[in-house]
Amino acid sequence: MSPAHAARAFAAILTREFLRFVQQKERFFAALVRPLIWLVVFAAGFRATLGLSIIPPYQTYISYDVYVVPGLIGMIQLFNGMQSSLSMVYDREMGSMRVLLSTPLPRWFVLFSRMMAATFVSIIQIYAFVAIALALGTDVPLDGLLAMLPVLVLTGLTLSAIGMFLSSWIRQLENFAGIMNFVIFPMFFISSALYPLWRVKESSLWLFHACQWNPFTYIVEAIRFALYGQVNPDALAVVAATLAVFGAAAVMGYTPARGGPAAGRAG
Amino acid sequence: MDDLAMRAPLAVEGLSYAYGPKRALDQVGFSLAPARVTALLGPNGAGKTTLFSLVTGLFDSREGRIRIAGHDLRRERSRALSDLGIVFQAQTLDLDLTVERNLRYFAALRGLSRHEARGRIDVLLDQVGLADKRRQKVRHISGGQRRRVEVARALLDRPGLLLLDEPSTGLDIATRRWLVDEVHRLAREDGIAVLWATHLVDEVRTHDDLIVLEKGKVVARGEVDRVIREAEAADLDEAFTRLTSARLEEHL
Repeated sequence: MSPAHAARAFAAILTREFLRFVQQKERFFAALVRPLIWLVVFAAGFRATLGLSIIPPYQTYISYDVYVVPGLIGMIQLFNGMQSSLSMVYDREMGSMRVLLSTPLPRWFVLFSRMMAATFVSIIQIYAFVAIALALGTDVPLDGLLAMLPVLVLTGLTLSAIGMFLSSWIRQLENFAGIMNFVIFPMFFISSALYPLWRVKESSLWLFHACQWNPFTYIVEAIRFALYGQVNPDALAVVAATLAVFGAAAVMGYTPARGGPAAGRAG
Repeated sequence: MDDLAMRAPLAVEGLSYAYGPKRALDQVGFSLAPARVTALLGPNGAGKTTLFSLVTGLFDSREGRIRIAGHDLRRERSRALSDLGIVFQAQTLDLDLTVERNLRYFAALRGLSRHEARGRIDVLLDQVGLADKRRQKVRHISGGQRRRVEVARALLDRPGLLLLDEPSTGLDIATRRWLVDEVHRLAREDGIAVLWATHLVDEVRTHDDLIVLEKGKVVARGEVDRVIREAEAADLDEAFTRLTSARLEEHL
C-alpha cells in the first residue's frame, strides 16, 4: 500500500460515509432530535430537583442543562458508533464489506478508515446540536468548541471501535433494539452523563462503582473538561486504553483466520 | 508447485476448509491458464462460495496454499489481491449513490488516481453499454444493469484474474447471454483468466476449461470435451449428473 493509495482509499471511505449520511436525512434528524429532547424536556424537569455544587471543571454554579451537554455530545457519538456498527452488519449482508475487505488494503487500515468516517459524521452532528443548544439559550463556552475537537476524534474512534467489536463478535446483536437495551442504555445511564458521580454515590454505592467501570463515564468527562479548556489526563488515559483494547479486538474479529464473522455467510 | 503453476493467474494447492466439524473443502487443487474461461461447476453446497471466500482473502485456511499471479495470498496479501477482480454473487453496489460514484469509490480503494479512474470509467461504461446511466442512482437501474456495473467495477484496475460467483443469478436472458459473451471476449482479447462459478450446465461452453466440484472435492477437471469423454457421457449435462451422483452414491 503506497501512501498515495492509502490517502485515496481513506478519502473515498470518508466521502462514501458522508454521502450516505447526507442521503439519509431521517438519520440526521433523529440524531439531532434525540439529544435535543433530553436537553429541552429532561433538563427542564431536572433543573428544579437537582442542585449542583461547584465541581471541576466548572467554576461557578451551573444549571442542569449546562451540566448535561457533554453527556449528550457523548450520546450522539454513542449512537453513531453503534449505528455504524449496525451498518457494518448491513454492509456485510449487502456484500459491500466483502468488496472493502477484498481490496489490496491492510485490514486494520480498512477498519480504521471506517471508524474515522463514523467519527467524522458524528462530529458534524455534534456541532449542529451545539449550535441549536446555543440558540435555545444553553450556556456553552464558545472557546471550548475548538479545544474539544481532538478529544471528539478520540472519543468517537473509541465508541466506533466498541461498535465494530460488537458487530464482529456478537451476532445476537444484529438488530438495533438489542443494541439499545444491552449496550446503549446501560452505557448511557450508568455513567456521569446525566448526574455527577458524587450525586450517584450519595444514593447508591454499587451504581457509583458501576459508573466507575464504564468507559462511557470517562468519554463524557474527557469531553466535559475539553469543552471548558481543561485536560483530564485520567479520563483521556482510560479512553485511549479502551480504544486500544476494542480496536485490537475488532481487527481480530475481522481477521479471516477466525473464519471471520465479517466475511459473511458462506455456503 | 511447478514453474507453470508459479506463474499461473491462479494456482490452488491442497486447500481444505471446515466450518466447525463440517468439511467444506477437501484438498482442492487446480491452476488456471491465462486467456481462458474456466467454469467452476458444482451443485449448491459443493463449496464454490467457500472457495471464492478463500481466494478473495475473506477466509483464511492453514491447510493449503493460494497463489495469484505467483504471489502467495497469505504472505503477500496486497500484491496477490491487486491482480484480482471480483463479481460477487450478492448485489454489492451502494443503491443511493450514482453509477459513477460507485465506480469512483472502488477505483480509489484500488488506488487509482482521479485522472486514471475517470479514463477507465469512461472506457468501461462504454464497454458494458451503460455510458448514459452514469449519473443515475443505482437504485433506479435494473438488476441486469447493476450486474453490468459490477463487471465494469471488477475490471477497473485491469486485473489478470476475474472471479465471478454465480453471476447470472436472477438475471434476464439477454443479460445472461451478454455476460457469457463478455467474459469470453475478455479472456480472448485481453488475456484475462476467468473463473466462473455456476451450477448451471448451460452456461459452460464446449471449448472452456472445467473444474467440477462436489462435496468439497474436485471430481473432474480439464477441457470440457475431455471431461465429457472421461465420464463416458454424451454431453456435459450427463457427465455432470454422473460425476455428482456417483459421489452421492458413494456417500449413501
